[in-house]
Amino acid sequence: MAQIDIRNVSKSYGKTQVVHGVDIAIADGEFVVILGPSGCGKSTLLRMIAGLEEISGGTVSIGGEVVNDREPRERGCAMVFQNYALYPHMSVAENIGYGLKVAGVPKQARQARVEAVARTVGLDTFLDRKPGQLSGGQRQRVAMARAMIKEPKVFLFDEPLSNLDAKLRVQMRIEIRKLHQRLKATSVFVTHDQVEAMTLADRLVIMNKGVIEQIGAPKDVYDRPASVFVAGFIGAPGLNLLDATIGADGLTLSLADGQRLPVDPARHPALKPGPVTVGIRAEALTIRPAAAGPHAGLRASFDFTEELGVGQHIHAEISGQPLIIHVDGRHPYRPGSALLLDVPPQELQLFDQETGLRIQETDVLTCIDEAA
Amino acid sequence: MTGKRVTFAGTWLAALLIAPQLLLVFTFFYWPAGEALYWSFTLEPPFGGENQWVGWQNFKTVFDDPLYWNSVRISITFALASTALAMGMALLLALFVDRQLPGHKAYRFVYFWPYAVAAPAVGLAFRFIFAPDAGFVSALNQWYPGLWNPARDGIDAVILITLANAWSMIAYNFIFFLAGLQSIPRSLTEAAAMDGSGVLRRMADIQFPLLAPTFFFLVVINLTDSFVNSFGIVDITTAGGPARATDLMVYKIYSDGFKGKDYSLAAAQSLVLMLLVVSLTFIQFRFVERRVHYS
Amino acid sequence: MVERTPILNILTHLILITGLVMLLVPLWIVFVASTHDFRTVNTVPMPLWPGNRMIENYTLAWNQGGFGPKMLNSFIVAVGVTAGKIAIAAISAYSIVYFKYRFRSLFFWLIFVTLMLPLEVRIVPTYAVAANVLRPYQELLDASGLGALLSTLMGIKVSLPEWSMLNSYTGLILPLIATATGTFLYRQFYLTVPDELAEAAKMDGAGPLRFFWDVLLPLSRTNMAALATIMFVYSWNQYLWPLLIITDIANYGTAVMQLQRIVPGPLFGEPPRWHIAMAGTLMVMTPPLLVVIFMQRWFVRGLVQTDK
Repeated sequence: MAQIDIRNVSKSYGKTQVVHGVDIAIADGEFVVILGPSGCGKSTLLRMIAGLEEISGGTVSIGGEVVNDREPRERGCAMVFQNYALYPHMSVAENIGYGLKVAGVPKQARQARVEAVARTVGLDTFLDRKPGQLSGGQRQRVAMARAMIKEPKVFLFDEPLSNLDAKLRVQMRIEIRKLHQRLKATSVFVTHDQVEAMTLADRLVIMNKGVIEQIGAPKDVYDRPASVFVAGFIGAPGLNLLDATIGADGLTLSLADGQRLPVDPARHPALKPGPVTVGIRAEALTIRPAAAGPHAGLRASFDFTEELGVGQHIHAEISGQPLIIHVDGRHPYRPGSALLLDVPPQELQLFDQETGLRIQETDVLTCIDEAA
Repeated sequence: MTGKRVTFAGTWLAALLIAPQLLLVFTFFYWPAGEALYWSFTLEPPFGGENQWVGWQNFKTVFDDPLYWNSVRISITFALASTALAMGMALLLALFVDRQLPGHKAYRFVYFWPYAVAAPAVGLAFRFIFAPDAGFVSALNQWYPGLWNPARDGIDAVILITLANAWSMIAYNFIFFLAGLQSIPRSLTEAAAMDGSGVLRRMADIQFPLLAPTFFFLVVINLTDSFVNSFGIVDITTAGGPARATDLMVYKIYSDGFKGKDYSLAAAQSLVLMLLVVSLTFIQFRFVERRVHYS
Repeated sequence: MVERTPILNILTHLILITGLVMLLVPLWIVFVASTHDFRTVNTVPMPLWPGNRMIENYTLAWNQGGFGPKMLNSFIVAVGVTAGKIAIAAISAYSIVYFKYRFRSLFFWLIFVTLMLPLEVRIVPTYAVAANVLRPYQELLDASGLGALLSTLMGIKVSLPEWSMLNSYTGLILPLIATATGTFLYRQFYLTVPDELAEAAKMDGAGPLRFFWDVLLPLSRTNMAALATIMFVYSWNQYLWPLLIITDIANYGTAVMQLQRIVPGPLFGEPPRWHIAMAGTLMVMTPPLLVVIFMQRWFVRGLVQTDK
């Protein structure tokens, strides 16, 4: 059993603290992705689990035992590095088998295992090559094989796909997912690429500036971001965020230019009047044909179109703030022309402007959501 | 930044790994340097016993000696002349080799050779080539008898060791000039060519100015080398003669210390030479620093 | 680049050929002189084409100069110094770069500053140390009072044995092994090795020595070759130091030292046997010349990287 328990872990270099008291409990066999912008402390956290970085405060336990003071080799982890970190002077076989050699595994047993592992990642014909003679994808596989051969309790991935081109990245993503299904080893995967994160993770951990913003299944994080930061970070594009004010009745939102929006009282029964950030998905917005009757939606002005192939992102401006609308077909708008938008009240997500945290909805709707 | 972000634990191991070099450095560099300092301020009594503190007396003896100033004058002349010769020649060759005309690799290949030849071997070869009564240059004496005789004429002797030293340093300078030239981005010379600048013009306007850091670095190295490493050439070629005409500072320290057995005087002279080397090195560091700032 | 400069191209070749002649003529004259007999070599002007006495001259020079054992000694010393320098540079730089301790910068500078203390400026005291290597430590013991303390505590006078390096291979090799340039070169190399390699090795369970031996040393082969070529040439060509500490020339003399004994001329009261002298010179300069010719790529790299 290799559950990982991260309790109140912090890291500082001299006076600068880069990880502030982080708690994560990772179950045995779970695939957890730590996602965040560069410099958020995610790699540092991973390296503390690996034992490559001293832990300044808190505890990391693997399989129920605190490993703070153990050396990397005593922790039962294997790691795949961002730039693969293959030993350039060793052949593929030697690279894969080096860990076993250090552990004193006899040559023949080592060879057999190297070959077996190489076969599973499709490298069995490349065993005599040097890393310099391999393509990026093949190097990536060597790095994976090197991690696998140790049959570790825990796999650690430090942005392993970021040096690959887009197509290969998708392919490797799938292979990693398959590998995990087969080996069922606890895995921690660090990335700044949210598509990678969404597709790979059983659970997502979103970090920013050394603290955890949210932990949850990819779908939950996407549907119910816990903070303005997560809302803007997750999804392509992120949640549209608009500054607004809640009226005295607690039922209407008004934008800076005076346009108004109703709030769904079932979800937000007791809103305090005052400033608020409104979030809405680009897919939740629809553009209403100009001919349709009296208008109760919002008025925005068109800026430009981003062609996606499967649809379009319409970039518009509302009340001096940018807004993106996802549309399916194709829409020939001219810059400056007015758009009428339908905004379903149940799609509005509200965030406290001061703390940046989500203003929680009443459970009614979430229950309905889950039932549906 | 001296070290890495990723380090290993184990201070004892670290100490064990660096200890051999520190011991060597202490025993054969710092202790002797300290001893030179000590000796230069003390004198050994004629009938044995502890050295006695004599303050600046040894330095005074050295500086009052016209023979010492003779040696300083010759050393400086020698250093400046051989530096100018070696660097000028090497720069010229490097600039033209860098044109990369057909055959440039063959030239380059041979230009490195003199680097391998030991100073005393250079000395012996030049002693023969420039011998007054045999060898190559002696032909001069057939036309004008007595025109060339480094064994008798001090000026001829200085010319001889200067040429020998310059010859042996050309290769080193050439290597560095060529490396410097090759580190100048091709796009710069190409841009100059697009601006209508010809080959020689580009050498003067683009390549030579950009070589300035290499140039200053080499000036310092050559001067230091001429002051310090010239023992082999002088010892074999002229042995300081004739009549002390080639009595370089290094050679004088050697003869005062080992032939004259006057440790204190030799130490005082060593200290002066050390000071010279240190100040030259400091100048070099200033330029190295400048070089970093430019890049 | 398309550039039509026929005149300049001719000029370029002229300049380069002049350079070639200037650098090669001395070597050529040495060679020519070494192939003629006594009378021919002393005619003025001397011939510019080789004669037919090559084998006789070289045999004579080899035997009279005793170059067999001398070359062997030079070889032992050059290999010893080269290997020692590389080993010591590799481990001290490893300590400085891959471990974190208080004095590492200080140690690096202590090693680096020895560049400013070439042998020539400290010959006399270095000779004195070589004559009794443990004397610095004896004096430190005495001066620090540690010796006195020990003698009162244990009732014995601590006196280190006298250890002279004069007339020994140790004396020819050991004092030349400390290397600022080598340490610098290795430090630069280590700093270019990606941190992830050390981390991957840690994850693979390798300790510091294992990582050094299995990963760093093999990776540094290029540096090693570069360092080896310049250090071999450097140590083969040593002249002043062997001259000082070797008086037992029969057993410990080196080839380069031997040049001093084959200088012909009235000074030695013998006829100017230049043909023999030049044969000896050529023999002495050949091994490092071969190294430079065949290892050119490495040695250029080594020189330029150390920046001295």
